[in-house]
Amino acid sequence: MNRRMNVVLKVKRFDPENGGRTWWSEYEVQAEPTDRVLDALDYVKWKLDGTLTYRRSCAHGICGSDAMIINGINRLACKTLVRDVAPNIILEPLAGFKVLRDLYVDMEPFFEKYRAIMPYLVNDEPMPEKERLQSPEERDIFDDTTKCILCAACTTSCPIFWSNSSYLGPAAIVNAHRFIFDSRDKASDERLAILDSNAGVWRCRTIFNCTDACPRGIEVTRAIEEVKRAIMMKRF
Amino acid sequence: MYHKYDAVIVGAGGAGLRAALELCGKADLAVITKLYPTRSHTGTAQGGIGAALGNREEDSPEWHAFDTVKGGDYLCDQDAVELMCRESIETVYDLEHWGLPFSRTEDGRIDQRRFGGHTRNFGEAPVARSCFSADRTGHMILQTLYQQCVKHGVKFFPEFHVVDILLQDGVCRGVVAYELATGEFHVFHAKSVLFATGGCGRFYKVTSNAYALTGEGFAVPFRKGVPLEDMEFFQFHPTGIYKMGILITEGARGEGGILLNGKGERFMERYAPTILDLAPRDMISRAMYSEIREGRGVDGKDYLLLDLTHLGREVIERKLPDITDFARTYLGIDPVTQPIPVQPTAHYAMGGLPTDSDGRVLADETGKPVLGFWAAGECACVSVHGANRLGTNSLVDIQVFGKLAGRSMLEYVKESDFGFINSDASKPVEAEFERIRTSTGRESVGSIRDELRTEMMDKASVFRTAAGLSAMRDKINELKERYQKVAITDRAQKFNTELVEAWELGCQLDLAEALVVSAAARTESRGAHYREDYPNRDDSNWLKHTFAQITESGIRLGYKPVTITRFEPKERKY
Repeated sequence: MNRRMNVVLKVKRFDPENGGRTWWSEYEVQAEPTDRVLDALDYVKWKLDGTLTYRRSCAHGICGSDAMIINGINRLACKTLVRDVAPNIILEPLAGFKVLRDLYVDMEPFFEKYRAIMPYLVNDEPMPEKERLQSPEERDIFDDTTKCILCAACTTSCPIFWSNSSYLGPAAIVNAHRFIFDSRDKASDERLAILDSNAGVWRCRTIFNCTDACPRGIEVTRAIEEVKRAIMMKRF
Repeated sequence: MYHKYDAVIVGAGGAGLRAALELCGKADLAVITKLYPTRSHTGTAQGGIGAALGNREEDSPEWHAFDTVKGGDYLCDQDAVELMCRESIETVYDLEHWGLPFSRTEDGRIDQRRFGGHTRNFGEAPVARSCFSADRTGHMILQTLYQQCVKHGVKFFPEFHVVDILLQDGVCRGVVAYELATGEFHVFHAKSVLFATGGCGRFYKVTSNAYALTGEGFAVPFRKGVPLEDMEFFQFHPTGIYKMGILITEGARGEGGILLNGKGERFMERYAPTILDLAPRDMISRAMYSEIREGRGVDGKDYLLLDLTHLGREVIERKLPDITDFARTYLGIDPVTQPIPVQPTAHYAMGGLPTDSDGRVLADETGKPVLGFWAAGECACVSVHGANRLGTNSLVDIQVFGKLAGRSMLEYVKESDFGFINSDASKPVEAEFERIRTSTGRESVGSIRDELRTEMMDKASVFRTAAGLSAMRDKINELKERYQKVAITDRAQKFNTELVEAWELGCQLDLAEALVVSAAARTESRGAHYREDYPNRDDSNWLKHTFAQITESGIRLGYKPVTITRFEPKERKY
């Protein structure tokens, strides 16, 4: 079953030197069906074209480095198997960010939005000697959103984000959700106010692209809806 | 470009960020990372962080210390181990107070699970000591620490590769970093520098280690004459996904998973009758290699099975969701109904830059510190892991010694001044990069690296012999010669990852040599260092730490006695 197969990798390139040229490169690669798309990229970089440039580190879907558009869909190259996207694999950088070189995009604006939602526990009460108590049920409420690896696959799949770059976007909201629903946190009101702003959750049109794109299986749209509901509950 | 900071931390994983939280707001601080923050390899740790909280079963730091020392085959410095096991409790509470979403017991406390080598009452039976957040504990530690760094406005330099350390007259004055985005070299002039750069497992073919773990955090100081301690001890984790090396947490066995050979036998009954599949990693990896060699691999191949099917869907999906996802994604296997094909995977360097228990790097085996230079986490050797690290203790190490190193640096910067550095401090490494970038040689990075990784796996992994190590050394010498003629195709200044990879390969070669030279000299078997030609532990000659140091005439080996406080070396049986 694991017979090697021929695939064609078509990669959108950008050279920031030499006047900022954009073009497509095609590479023929022999791959095992169970190879990751990342393995195919490595094959190109190490054997065919050393100038091909992309991020990666952990290679198993935890570090969040190698999100890209694979055959039109936002995915991690290390979590996508060749057999699922072969024989023609088209790779493009994430949409909505400035492309720096090939598949490298500028992540700074993404992290700026993350930082804007106060992504840290706020609780100024005196620390107990041991742990704060939290029931398994209380923890379950925000379990899903703690899985986020900040890969930006969700945010860059969102058409609202494409058309309005001031929108905080799904990833920032997911990380706000993680604290808003944490029984130990005391800054929900401030976070909800941020998300009630022009750049906040009301931009979301419940398109579900973000949920489809999340390589961690987080129900992103549902998290956004829960935040919307929390804002409404506060109003009445 | 020139920068000036009281403290520079290299590496933004668990140790670096933990240290940063001790320094931020109190000293002028920069954190330099070759990745983006939150991409570091701490994030892939799965099963938990060990601390004797006693939330599930009676436990004590003394038992934790004993297990650590025994697990390390008595090569650990016991004063450092006792300190670590006491302090781990507070560092776990620190993390909880900062918001880490630990899994919880029914009464709302931090949940704990069993883990390899962790026992109650000095070896009686397994104990639940590993504090966890499902099977993404490292991810949650990394996220939580980064969140606190955001809160405190810590200054990061992402995708900056530290390529040189500035040492003058035995004092560290800063580092040189290569900025990937521009190709520019930056001199960071500092009163204090912490290396928290993680591991170096990428010189093995099958490894759980990320691409980033090429070990320049070890190699850069090593090249400048700083010793490396106990490099011969490299841990192979028993349960890597077959061929890929992706880690399946020991927590899977902590929850009750078992290992089976090709005949369906629970073979650990023969190797560790008391704690079976929860024996330390070195013992299980050796047992697995033996089973495979003796023809009891699955279908005659070089893998075995990790069976979780008896645990039930609820336990597997709730407590081990990530590894369930890995098995489904990469193997097309559902661990609820099918066993997972596994083989040992290169996982963790017990050795590294020698430090005292405040993280100060030592200049030699006499214990003299390199002023202004600290190390913590996997790139350091305190030594708390000895010849074999216990599961969960890497996360303990990075939290405890990250914190202590940060505190020690803070004291130091308050009472010290910036030393003088030359204005052309970055020139030597710039020349090295330029040589590679413009080389017209015919050797390729990929082929030298592939050969290094394949040969290291073959000759310097779980089983070693004098002949194999000697052949490996010859191979490294050959590869080093070829490396002088290595050339790349990418001549760009911006985002030249091919150039960086080529430079990293040079570090990997130097580091592999330190490992092999240290391993060839140690004519005994202890922990993860197993010599087929010397199969027994030899305390009368080898109860000591190796110090490998570059001199003009090659690598010099020195030795330092092991610190023993309360646990006299005994035969290691489980």
